[in-house]
Amino acid sequence: MSLLQVDALTVRYGDVAAVNDLSFSIERGESVGLVGESGSGKTQTAMAILGLLPPTARTNGSIRLGGTELLGASEKNLNALRARKMAIVFQDPMQALNPFVRVGAQLGRILLQHKLADRKRAYAQVLEMLERVGLPDVERQYAAYPHQMSGGMRQRAMIASALITEPELLIADEPTTALDVTVQAQILELLAEIRRDTALLLITHDLGVVAGHCERMLVLEGGALVEQGTTQSVFAHPQHAHTSSLLAAAPRLDRADIPGGAPGDVVLQVENAAVTYAMQGREALHAVRGVDLTVRESETIAVVGESGSGKSSLVRAALGLVPMQAGRVALCGVHLQGLVEERPKATRRSVQLVFQDPAGSLNPQMRVAKIVAEPLRVHKPTLGELQRLESVTAMLEKVGLSAEYLDRYPHQLSGGQAQRVAIARALILKPKVLICDEAVAALDGTVREQILKLLRDAQTESGLSIIFISHDLSVVRAVSHRVMVMYMGATVELADNESLFGNAKHPYTRALLEAVPVPDPEHAGGKATLDGEIPSALNPPSGCAFHPRCPYAQEICSAEAPGERTVDGALVKCHFAGELLERR
Amino acid sequence: MLRYALLRLLGAIPTLLLVIVLAFLMVHAAPGGPFDAERTLPADIEANIAAAYHLDEPLHQQFFRYIGGVLQGDLGPSYRYRDHTVGELIGAAFPLSLKLGATAMLLAVIVGVLVGALAAIRRNTLLDRSLMAVAMTGISIPVFVIAPVLVLLLAVKLQWLPAGWSGNEGLAKYFLPVIALALPQIAYIARLMRASMIDVLASDFVRTARAQGVGTSAIVRYHALKPAMLPVLSYMGPAIAAILTGSVVVEEIFGIPGLGQFFVRGALNRDYTLVLGIVIFYASLVVLFNLVVDILYGAIDPRIRHQ
Amino acid sequence: MKALLAIWRRVRTSHAAMVSGGILVGIFVIAIVGPVVSPNDYLQTNFDKMLSPPGIAQLQIFGTDDLGRDLFVRSMLGVQVTIVIAIVASFVSLVIGVAYGAIAGYMGGRVDAIMMRFVDTLYALPFIFFVILLMVAFERNFLLIFVAIGAINWLDMARIVRGQTLSLREREFVQAARLTGVSTLRIIFRHIAPNLIGVVIVYVTLTIPQAILVESFLSFLGLGIQEPQTSLGALVDAGVNQTEGASWMLLIPAALLAIILLCFNFLGDAMRDVFDARDER
Repeated sequence: MSLLQVDALTVRYGDVAAVNDLSFSIERGESVGLVGESGSGKTQTAMAILGLLPPTARTNGSIRLGGTELLGASEKNLNALRARKMAIVFQDPMQALNPFVRVGAQLGRILLQHKLADRKRAYAQVLEMLERVGLPDVERQYAAYPHQMSGGMRQRAMIASALITEPELLIADEPTTALDVTVQAQILELLAEIRRDTALLLITHDLGVVAGHCERMLVLEGGALVEQGTTQSVFAHPQHAHTSSLLAAAPRLDRADIPGGAPGDVVLQVENAAVTYAMQGREALHAVRGVDLTVRESETIAVVGESGSGKSSLVRAALGLVPMQAGRVALCGVHLQGLVEERPKATRRSVQLVFQDPAGSLNPQMRVAKIVAEPLRVHKPTLGELQRLESVTAMLEKVGLSAEYLDRYPHQLSGGQAQRVAIARALILKPKVLICDEAVAALDGTVREQILKLLRDAQTESGLSIIFISHDLSVVRAVSHRVMVMYMGATVELADNESLFGNAKHPYTRALLEAVPVPDPEHAGGKATLDGEIPSALNPPSGCAFHPRCPYAQEICSAEAPGERTVDGALVKCHFAGELLERR
Repeated sequence: MLRYALLRLLGAIPTLLLVIVLAFLMVHAAPGGPFDAERTLPADIEANIAAAYHLDEPLHQQFFRYIGGVLQGDLGPSYRYRDHTVGELIGAAFPLSLKLGATAMLLAVIVGVLVGALAAIRRNTLLDRSLMAVAMTGISIPVFVIAPVLVLLLAVKLQWLPAGWSGNEGLAKYFLPVIALALPQIAYIARLMRASMIDVLASDFVRTARAQGVGTSAIVRYHALKPAMLPVLSYMGPAIAAILTGSVVVEEIFGIPGLGQFFVRGALNRDYTLVLGIVIFYASLVVLFNLVVDILYGAIDPRIRHQ
Repeated sequence: MKALLAIWRRVRTSHAAMVSGGILVGIFVIAIVGPVVSPNDYLQTNFDKMLSPPGIAQLQIFGTDDLGRDLFVRSMLGVQVTIVIAIVASFVSLVIGVAYGAIAGYMGGRVDAIMMRFVDTLYALPFIFFVILLMVAFERNFLLIFVAIGAINWLDMARIVRGQTLSLREREFVQAARLTGVSTLRIIFRHIAPNLIGVVIVYVTLTIPQAILVESFLSFLGLGIQEPQTSLGALVDAGVNQTEGASWMLLIPAALLAIILLCFNFLGDAMRDVFDARDER
């Protein structure tokens, strides 16, 4: 008998079926990946198994855990099974943990609820569990509140809470999506080694994660199961069209798609930028410390970094959205000063920004036509209404939206459509530079491909320069000519695409590349070679900010910040640029 | 924690100062003086009286004289009740108002929180809907309507409880005034608590608790109650202000010789010092109360006190 | 114009809004038509008919008061006065509150902090005491009633508007507008203001009952509307003194006041549901 047996599961909200006739099984101890784009029903399935669907959901079919029927079971019976037999780790531990209760107490409550221990024993067991998940200084962590822990630590605590009762099935719903790449690798490795005999149902949209951590996989599309099999066979010989398109659309570190075109003159130049945020009653936060950034015509430069790297602050300062404490910004040689409002109007049409959240960047009260027309109103006030409409319609067509979208409101658009509108708005004045701040991070595989193609076409057509900010190295591999890696407010490496991905010089870059999951079961990547997490920006390490985590750190690294060196055409900030790594 | 409390305390002082200044200005801006109502006196005697009460001095001097007095705990003599100082009058009338107000407040919080939590847990059932309908009524109808209507129904027509205050012994006479005062607050707190509890029960961390097999009563007790009470706690400041306001009416209707009554009389009599004294007294109470609330808030929500 | 129609359509979907709105409209209509139709006059005292209970004679369906005046007509007059004061006062507090809140929210930083400190201070005080002082000080000036009421009620509106403006300001579409070069004025009017409408409508419907409450309270204490004019609060005040004999003098204006307040509160709640739910999406 399988551990978990799902038969013809259907979850309905009114007329819409979020999950449609789904059947699969999970055996004891195995790890199964559940993949699909957003809205494919992955989370709904997990909620159905645990009995956490909202009261408006109507279910059909059967879910059996170790022979016991879960669908329609009473809350009392379900509670007896939850935690003891099945547990879940959610995506965002900041939301999933109770901010008002100490972390240790939350874990202890589970043991007490299920009468697995009395207070004294519970305390000891919780401490032991916290240590097993790799938390340092466990007594302090026991008494800490969630907001006092870092993201990675919180997720470890979350995993501890799920496994402390030694359930037979652990469901992990996008457990690492909210975490930095290096931390993601750590957490996934932790899960793999700590789960012992507990079966794992790993829900994710990232095929690289599945490739590295799941024996079998299930592919969902629109609530239905379209393919299942061992990870290796599915990757090697996908049977269903959707699976194939997912695989094709998944960006890969080892697959370069470097755009053609020869970069021209320098268009935007940022020199020695420093951005500091003043904090109430504390040390100031140095978000960006002496960073240079140059971008040429027809070139795409990617700025890569994890949280706290300063990439967003850098760009916002260059744009004038936040004040810059030091440094210069020049556009085609012309010096730009001050905040956005103080700059000459003409310069504002030359640099545009596309945000991460497509819906948030559009005014919910304005129709698409008006949104895209606004830049025209500001910069070309003499245009007649008809001409404006023509321009807008033409622009929309360019981004792949027909005229019927003119009258729509943002809430009527999908993520991909909204992002196209945002791009249309950004490009309608034919800017010289387009900055994409995690512009495709919220989009699914196929849609993401389309948007990236859109950007590529715009570049080829008009010589547009693109600054592409991302934490996702696989995407960066696919779109950029040059790549700049940032860590804690400073540049650590700047090189062209091939050079960076093929032969990274900085230890951090190397670790970053090793941590990225690759959708290839043979070479899955996703190795955690870095311990610990990114230090708080309020208390940066001395000398080279990376030295506490660097496997090659020497004495000089903690004493002195490294200067820039050029090694094989790449700019590296490391005392031992290129040397140590050569030895390996 | 201590630091947090001290900071809040310091912040309260400018507030108090502002109140005193405003009240002082308004009282003195009113046309007419405290002695107008009496027989008109010959000019020189009037001048003497004015001098004795320092009314002939320039305004800012009067103000500083007054502040000086306040800092020493002296709120001045009542212009009307010449044999008493304002301090004495307040001291005599306040305990009664305190008893009424505090009881009403306690009643409001306990009943309101219970009703609200219950309505939230049994959301959308008949119990919930009827409780909320009653609560809505309670909020809409002002104290000065509820009180007389209650008196009419329960005292005059049904004769269950005494209608007036004087001449009645025992606790029975407290019932109607306290209920009249508490009712709108019970209603408001119940609605507030219900909305807050519903929000908390829908939050991600409660979902986690459910996923961990924690039952409803344990969830409410260990996970939901504290956060759900935060909005109610925030409301305590305005709540006490509302009860003070309501007490004026209630004391008027039931003929209770409390501070509210003295205030209205004092206002009508142009008894400057009495009015000023009561306003400052009440304002200090409210500010102090808000301070306690602020501190309690920090005690419950760890994110605030770790800022 | 199109925007207003869109709002109306949304409001129409809520039963609670329609019902309570309907009742209110009904009461207002009667309040205006009634006194015109009735043969009685609010001033006319009639010592023969003092304190007669409600009856059909002479259309005195609410009876008469202690001076023989027809209670129905006086009640309707009371409703008219109450509504006018409430609407005007709410309008005053709306203007002050929205302006204050939007400025504080958009300016942010120190300006915002100081402005909101001021609001927080006022919020906690039993402001009614100051109002009473004011009323006594300025000898029951009719105009001053509006000022007093407006002065109390703008706090809530300011807080809400400021909160909303603050979060809107950080929204990406506002950043995008700044980047594009849209002028600050245009940003406030075209981007921020339209997103405030929902919230403002909800709070206006809730401010009106508050204004009515304050006015009634003042009249009840004898500090508001003066004889022979009357408002519902004053009528209740008069009724309180007659509890023994003529209970209708208390119950009828009390009931009218309660119904009007209830309807406004239900309406406000319903509006909140209508606008919040939509904006979530």
